Amino acid sequence: MSDKIFICRCEDLTKEEIDQAIDEGYKTLEELKCKLRLGMGSCQGRGCLLLARRLLCQKTGKSTEEITVPPSRSPFIPVSIGTLASDKDE
Amino acid sequence: MNEIDHKADVVIIGGGVNGCSLAYQLSKRGMKVVLCEKGYLCSGATGRCGAGIRQQWSTRENSELAIKSIQIFERLEQELGQDIGLRQGGYLIVVHDKSDMKQAKSNVNMQKALGLDVSILTPDEIVDIVPILDVNGMHAVGATFCPTDGHVDPFKTTHAYAQAAIKHGAQLYKFTKVVGIKKKNKRIDSVLTDRGKISTDFVINAAGAWSKQIAEMVGVKLPNKPFRKEILVTERVKPLFDAMVISFKDGIYFSQQEEGQVLGGIPIPNEKPGYLTAPTFDFLHHMAKTLARYAPPLKHVNVIRQWTGYYDVTPDALPIIGEVEGIKGFIQCNGFSGHGFMLSPMVTKILTAYIADGRTPHILKRLSLSRFKGKKIVREVSVVG
Repeated sequence: MSDKIFICRCEDLTKEEIDQAIDEGYKTLEELKCKLRLGMGSCQGRGCLLLARRLLCQKTGKSTEEITVPPSRSPFIPVSIGTLASDKDE
Repeated sequence: MNEIDHKADVVIIGGGVNGCSLAYQLSKRGMKVVLCEKGYLCSGATGRCGAGIRQQWSTRENSELAIKSIQIFERLEQELGQDIGLRQGGYLIVVHDKSDMKQAKSNVNMQKALGLDVSILTPDEIVDIVPILDVNGMHAVGATFCPTDGHVDPFKTTHAYAQAAIKHGAQLYKFTKVVGIKKKNKRIDSVLTDRGKISTDFVINAAGAWSKQIAEMVGVKLPNKPFRKEILVTERVKPLFDAMVISFKDGIYFSQQEEGQVLGGIPIPNEKPGYLTAPTFDFLHHMAKTLARYAPPLKHVNVIRQWTGYYDVTPDALPIIGEVEGIKGFIQCNGFSGHGFMLSPMVTKILTAYIADGRTPHILKRLSLSRFKGKKIVREVSVVG
């Protein structure tokens, strides 16, 4: 079994990679997102952002309240272009 | 937070690609550089942009800046020693009718005179390059295509500049807000931040959509207006096309990113200027409808996210760069009107030459703030998003 602990499964990010980025100075969830694409996959951060926040708390000594979670972006669940393009009557 | 430096040669306001590139180049020239960013790096337009780089413009100024910028992007990975995600799959600009074709031909002639490899395509040639396009659905009579246009990753580029700047001794202060700028005897004296005062000879206003407020701190009025722009991105799909597809008439642009997601934007009708942040359903619907018309196979692809960012728009859609008349040391690097990322390499190179060597190339005069004083301006018409 691999020792790797995956935090963001959509973007294949391990705990080690996130810890390393935090050490490099990316100390907010927004910055980790920009640096690693954390939470930018098809689940939109549902699986990973709170775990990554915990890592940030451990590394920076901040409380969870002090670490802002990036805004949830619509359409919230994946919706096809065809559905979004359709008019009322179709 | 730690104590900040209270003295610098140059204070840069704004941690987007332009600010970070300037921080790198000026610190490399031996200047003491401080950069102040009110959020995190890339938190403004840089981190929200469409990531395209193109050289096909209607004005000579933008074409010149863009051609030279892409030459710099082509060697930037080597210079900075980091991946910037450069991919040159070309830009395909759809031409819809006779008057469109007239403008396209005039653009292509001007661009060719500048040495650009650009050509006019027939409808058949369009689908050779991007097979998922529906020529009839797009109402295309042709297109222009430049194979060296493409994409660069804005996050990777900005972070690479920032790291290189830090190596050369620049101080990059994130979450540090500029609250005032002081001048003395018609020259810059200092910058006031929420973490203290910094004495400096130069201030560079690279604050994107907030540049207008920064300029007002020294009584300079910029004609820039912020416009909310929207983008969506889909789930990852297998590689379908390499080129960025755009239309000036419909305002749409879309492309496939390196990781496989399709990303694009379009203006919603009658959008007014202002600091609006909320994404709209009108955009999702209008974009999806237009995208389905342009590239029918994309109907089956899922949208996972939409977001907004600002264009910092000037009356002629050209940037404002250079020193403001009457205030020695107050440098503008804003008003990019949606093209700040792709023009950044050349613009920041020109400003570095001005600040570090006192050199004033002709284009600096043409893009100065004073061009708006009572003169007739020539507007850039090749704009999307």
